[in-house]
Amino acid sequence: MRDLYRRFGGGLTTLMVALVVFWIIMLVVLPQLLMIDFSFRPNLPPSKIGGPDDVHSWANYATLFRNQVHLTIFFKTIWASSLVTFITLIVCYPMAYYLAQVAKPQRTAQMLLLLVIPFWINEILRTFAWWIIFAYAGPLNGLLTALGILDQPFRWMSGNGVVIVGMVYAYILFMVFPIYNALESLDRNQIDAARDLGSGWLRVHRRIAIPHAKPGIATGCIMTFMLAAGSYAVPALLGSPGSRWFTEIIYNWFFEGGNWNQGAAYAMILLLLCLFFILLMMKLFRVGLADIAK
Amino acid sequence: MRHGNPLLAWLTRGYIGLFFLYLFLPLIIMSAATFNDSRLPTVTPWNGTTLRWFGELFADGSMWNALFTSITIGLGVIVICVPTGTAAALLLASLNKKARTFAYALMVSPLLTPGVIIGISTLIFWNRYFHLTGGILMTMLAQSSYIIAYVMLMVGARLQRFDGTLEEAALDLGASHWQVFRRVLMPFLRPSLIAAAFIAFLQSFENYNTTLFVRGLDTPLTVFIASRVRTGVTPAVNALGLILILITVALAMAYEVNRRRKLAATAAAPAG
Amino acid sequence: MSQNVELDKVVMRFGEFTAVKGISLEIKGGEFFSFLGPSGCGKTTILKLISGFLDPTEGEVRIGGTSMRGIGANKRPTAMIFQNLALFPLMSVADNIAFGLEVRGVGKAERRKRADELLDLIALPGQGDKMPTELSGGQRQRVAIARALAVEPQVLLLDEPLSALDLKLRQHMRAELRDIQKRTGVTFIYITHDQGEALTMSDRVAVMSQGTLQQVATPQELYDEPATAFAAGFVGENNRFAGTISAIDGGFAVVDTPAGALKARNHLGLAAGASAIVCVRPERLRLSGTGSENGFIARLKSRSFEGSFLNLMAEGPSGELMVQVTNDGALPAFDPAGALPLGFHATDAVIVPAEAGHA
Ligand SMILES: Nc1ncnc2c1ncn2[C@@H]1O[C@H](COP(=O)(O)OP(=O)(O)O)[C@@H](O)[C@H]1O
Ligand SMILES: [Mg+2]
Repeated sequence: MRDLYRRFGGGLTTLMVALVVFWIIMLVVLPQLLMIDFSFRPNLPPSKIGGPDDVHSWANYATLFRNQVHLTIFFKTIWASSLVTFITLIVCYPMAYYLAQVAKPQRTAQMLLLLVIPFWINEILRTFAWWIIFAYAGPLNGLLTALGILDQPFRWMSGNGVVIVGMVYAYILFMVFPIYNALESLDRNQIDAARDLGSGWLRVHRRIAIPHAKPGIATGCIMTFMLAAGSYAVPALLGSPGSRWFTEIIYNWFFEGGNWNQGAAYAMILLLLCLFFILLMMKLFRVGLADIAK
Repeated sequence: MRHGNPLLAWLTRGYIGLFFLYLFLPLIIMSAATFNDSRLPTVTPWNGTTLRWFGELFADGSMWNALFTSITIGLGVIVICVPTGTAAALLLASLNKKARTFAYALMVSPLLTPGVIIGISTLIFWNRYFHLTGGILMTMLAQSSYIIAYVMLMVGARLQRFDGTLEEAALDLGASHWQVFRRVLMPFLRPSLIAAAFIAFLQSFENYNTTLFVRGLDTPLTVFIASRVRTGVTPAVNALGLILILITVALAMAYEVNRRRKLAATAAAPAG
Repeated sequence: MSQNVELDKVVMRFGEFTAVKGISLEIKGGEFFSFLGPSGCGKTTILKLISGFLDPTEGEVRIGGTSMRGIGANKRPTAMIFQNLALFPLMSVADNIAFGLEVRGVGKAERRKRADELLDLIALPGQGDKMPTELSGGQRQRVAIARALAVEPQVLLLDEPLSALDLKLRQHMRAELRDIQKRTGVTFIYITHDQGEALTMSDRVAVMSQGTLQQVATPQELYDEPATAFAAGFVGENNRFAGTISAIDGGFAVVDTPAGALKARNHLGLAAGASAIVCVRPERLRLSGTGSENGFIARLKSRSFEGSFLNLMAEGPSGELMVQVTNDGALPAFDPAGALPLGFHATDAVIVPAEAGHA
């Protein structure tokens, strides 16, 4: 800060510090803190706020555990997001490895450019594209019935499967890039040396490439899980009333139930879930926060 | 393939082909459906080729409103995020190591927070304390809370390569602090500022999860598309999607090509 | 056109570490003054104290008799040539040179005119529209000088400006810098760890070690009459004989050393009983018979023929010795690994106090 003052003088430094303080305090820290406070208070009409009834309690959190439907959806969200993360990892790891270690630099550059393009297009449109494919009168059913695999069109968008496919598609890049970045720094000679010593193809990955890619895998998994668990767009478009996502319940508390306090408690639970997942990944892959937040 | 195994080489090729098919087929189908003369967006059956959905799109006033809302929000986000993110990068660079680690963690934390949470916490805080109702302004604030972090990272990356003695040299030659800032630091940061503004706009433009909670009665484009998909969709939405795809692809290509050219230029420039 | 610079008991601390330990000296207006010392001894710190990038923890800096306390770098009558030159990479050469004028609100035409004049001065006429990266190392060097001179400073500060250049260019630039200094009459404060640069260019040199001033003197004095063991060792080569002063004899003193009682000039007036070091330059050691003045026997270890002279490495009674023998066409044959009788005149050697802290 002294350094900043010396470089830019009083006026500019004050302005810069003010901007950053506004961001951190007013847009990040206080909103989060207030959301926590809010989640512990009852939902009261304005006249009673601050009155004797306005006391902290766990009641809003307890709601989740008393509501069987919500609880089921909560756990569904956890396992489905985990599944999305796992599938994305399986789909993306070979591509990341190919780009980082196998393809020639020229080719890698072209393919990276290709990979980035869908990423520039917004999540809603990417999801809408799958909506078209899976539509009852859509091309998938058209193809399958034409080939005789299905006798009659199938109602795809009634279960969790389609939501998972849509999410894998939506978050592929958040997995490919961190792993690619990690693998890029792996010295090709290490792989050649291992193969030279008679190590098989699988062992090369298990013992050399995957350990090296750990920080990237951890980052990719964290990003994918967080995006999946926190997604509203994909389940809203591809899901059905029977395959609701936890975020949809949160939304309903706010805009249909009109109970913000209850919604805040559910949001906190979602946030804690993501935090827990981050910590789990850090422990599992033995990486620090500095490796992840790149 | 480097592995001398033909089966493996064949598998690799197949995998890569499938991967890119998976990536692009949905976009192609969506684009193609724009031209199908069918009331529902689909490619099967093909009822004949038409351009009428573009016409319907352009005649749709609510689409224009949504577009206008999104652009307004995006420009507001640029105005908030680029200066603040730049200030954050500069501040971060001037902190000592311990404080920097802490501040960095705090600053990137919004990137590790689900978008819906950011929307919710912004809504509660600004509504309860400042009696702001959801709308364009609150959407700008909510989106900025994490987009500033992107700007900070982008500007910070460039800042790391800044030679601080240039500022000292300018000061030494009699420049005021403001002149040093404007004539030495800003020109150096300019490419990253432009890129950051571009990314900030795009992030804002395509945001849905955060926006949903803070939009109030305003309808940005993503919300507009989502609600159309859920309530009576026509290929006009595909026409809109196609236009957005073409614009983003063109911009993305220009951005990437430009970035690569810069990279190549710096690599080729004589050292020292 | 030029002002003097005074340092008054200047101390600079960075946290626990003291980089400058109480330095006082006066640099005269129009002087070419060098700070000479090994890397890390605090030279750059001193320059930053003078230019205003640092404020002294204690003491003060005065320029032209005015205290510089609280006056920022952009308000001082100094200009600095940075170690890495710090040319603005995104500005043309002319814009670089005219930057100081631009920030002072000088008009465009006037700036261009001044830049062209300075480009002539540094022998780069018509190169103003190039970018700094298009110039060679030596040319960039000169642009940095022109940029500093453009603001007509009273004092020019140069931080190892030649260190990035190759040997030949370095020697050429030495002459050029000296020439520019003479022509402009600006006070030059020059920093270097290269004794050759300091000795050839400077009016006076300050030798520094670990944040302290060892000696301030003309190059000749520095070479012939070093004030400390550090200065004797750092400036040129010196053979050392450590011992205790046993007798004083007018301007001379006798030091008892492992090589015997050696007599040398006592230019610092050290007292009998003090621990001292006798310093003799390699070219002042003579091949001689035993029994001559200050004679002793060393053992020859190696020799290297350099054309106009011959270097001998020998093991003396108090450590390694270097002898430089002029090639006068009658070099004696040396007995390899044989005894080498050496000696020197008392007038050719000096006595400095033994180092207190570090050996
Ligand atoms: N800003 C600083 N903070 C801490 N230590 C510093 C700082 N600047 C210089 N030093 C220390 O002061 C000593 C002298 O540095 P400097 O003046 O740059 O040496 P020189 O120019 O003679 O090589 C060095 O040990 C260096 O590490
Ligand atoms: Mg230095």
